[in-house]
Amino acid sequence: MRASRFTLSLVLATTLAAQAAPSALPRDSIYQLDAALTDQSGRRLTLASARGHPQLVVMFYTSCSFICPTILDTVQDLDRKLTPAERQHFGVLLISLDPQRDTPGALKATADKRSLDLTRWTLAQPQPADVRAIAGVLGVRYRVLDDGELNHTGVLVLLDADGRVVARSSKTSGQVDPQFLTRTRALLARQ
Amino acid sequence: MTYAIYSAVKTSATSATSSTSSTSAPFATSAALLCCLLVASGAQAAESRASPSARYVSLPGGAFTSTLKYEDTGSSVRLPRFSLMSLPVTNADFLAFVAQHPQWQRDSVASVFAETRYLSHWASATRLGPQALPSQPVVWVSWFAANAYCQAQGAKLPSWSQWEYAAAADEKRVDARSDPAWRERILAWYATSSKHALPSVGMQPANAYGLRDLHGLVWEWTDDFSALLVSGDNRDQGDPDRLKFCGAGALAIADRGNYAVLMRVALLSSLDGADATANLGFRCAR
Repeated sequence: MRASRFTLSLVLATTLAAQAAPSALPRDSIYQLDAALTDQSGRRLTLASARGHPQLVVMFYTSCSFICPTILDTVQDLDRKLTPAERQHFGVLLISLDPQRDTPGALKATADKRSLDLTRWTLAQPQPADVRAIAGVLGVRYRVLDDGELNHTGVLVLLDADGRVVARSSKTSGQVDPQFLTRTRALLARQ
Repeated sequence: MTYAIYSAVKTSATSATSSTSSTSAPFATSAALLCCLLVASGAQAAESRASPSARYVSLPGGAFTSTLKYEDTGSSVRLPRFSLMSLPVTNADFLAFVAQHPQWQRDSVASVFAETRYLSHWASATRLGPQALPSQPVVWVSWFAANAYCQAQGAKLPSWSQWEYAAAADEKRVDARSDPAWRERILAWYATSSKHALPSVGMQPANAYGLRDLHGLVWEWTDDFSALLVSGDNRDQGDPDRLKFCGAGALAIADRGNYAVLMRVALLSSLDGADATANLGFRCAR
């Protein structure tokens, strides 16, 4: 009896442990970076919160008047060109390069202004100390200017369900690169 | 990776050759040799002594004129007081770090944080071996790994400006950059083949701040290495005078005679955070 109770609790413990720990992330997943984010509604999340379905990750900042508007235009162009069925599985994570100014309120205002579908789009404020590392795994280069503005490269990064980079595009002039659209469609078709 | 570095440097070399003919010859030589410098690193030295340990040296900061010229602020940089490690981080230091933080051992590290050559000169994930003496500066480390090391110390990697400011000094002067002899000495190091083993840290005289090995031993990561410029753009746009950074706030070289700094910038700007090379190490600041 004692032995079987022990066996039962062992089985229970193993089951619980298996549930608590999701399968290990691939070593080439950018979700390996443990970065805490706050979204436009003040909710806490991590880079890996969207694990399980593909997502597009882009860095930007809301007060940017130079390339960010066209970066967001490009992402919206991509989103519009997907079919409703494809869109269902497609998440977009916009991460600010300027966490001092891009509070949840500022991010929410941008989401409202652009009528972004917040069931699939997330605008996120990172911890200031994490910005360089997040930019590092995404391949984004940036410099903070003296007046608080930023110079940065514009990159669309498409991740699979485990956070591995499937495709990247630095064409951010407002229209999505057709090849990038094709890669996105192919990834979504596998869902 | 090597190609990228070489191309970035070559672009700079081309620009230097076209405008300053008298001083471009040694630079072109160094650029050609840089290839070997960055690829090869065989450590066969028999020297073996306890690893010297770094201490943090306080630097006064203040107004500093950068060799770089930013579109927004020009060349003037204002630095608050900061501290910098007197020596680069050694193999022994880094071994102690990975022993405490196994996720940074070479066979467990995530590939998004470090390429396959990360610590490849060590005998194993937790043993240095004959190619990596305890007192040699650690090399083959990625930016992510260097950043994690400094964070574990309650420190961070120095900014480019902090590094440039500290490295402007020679043994006697806090700013020796206008002295042709100072420039020559650094270029002579750039031109040295790295088929020889890396020397130990701390063998060179201290500079005016009490810091050693900022030149003449290894290249060093900076916190904001990815803020310097986009080398790809630099090559593609065919305008090497103007190191574009996504179209606005361009970066240019204010003092184009200062190849010592120019080559550092060319190297750092060509790297990704997961990259590692045979001659790239780091030290921390706080």
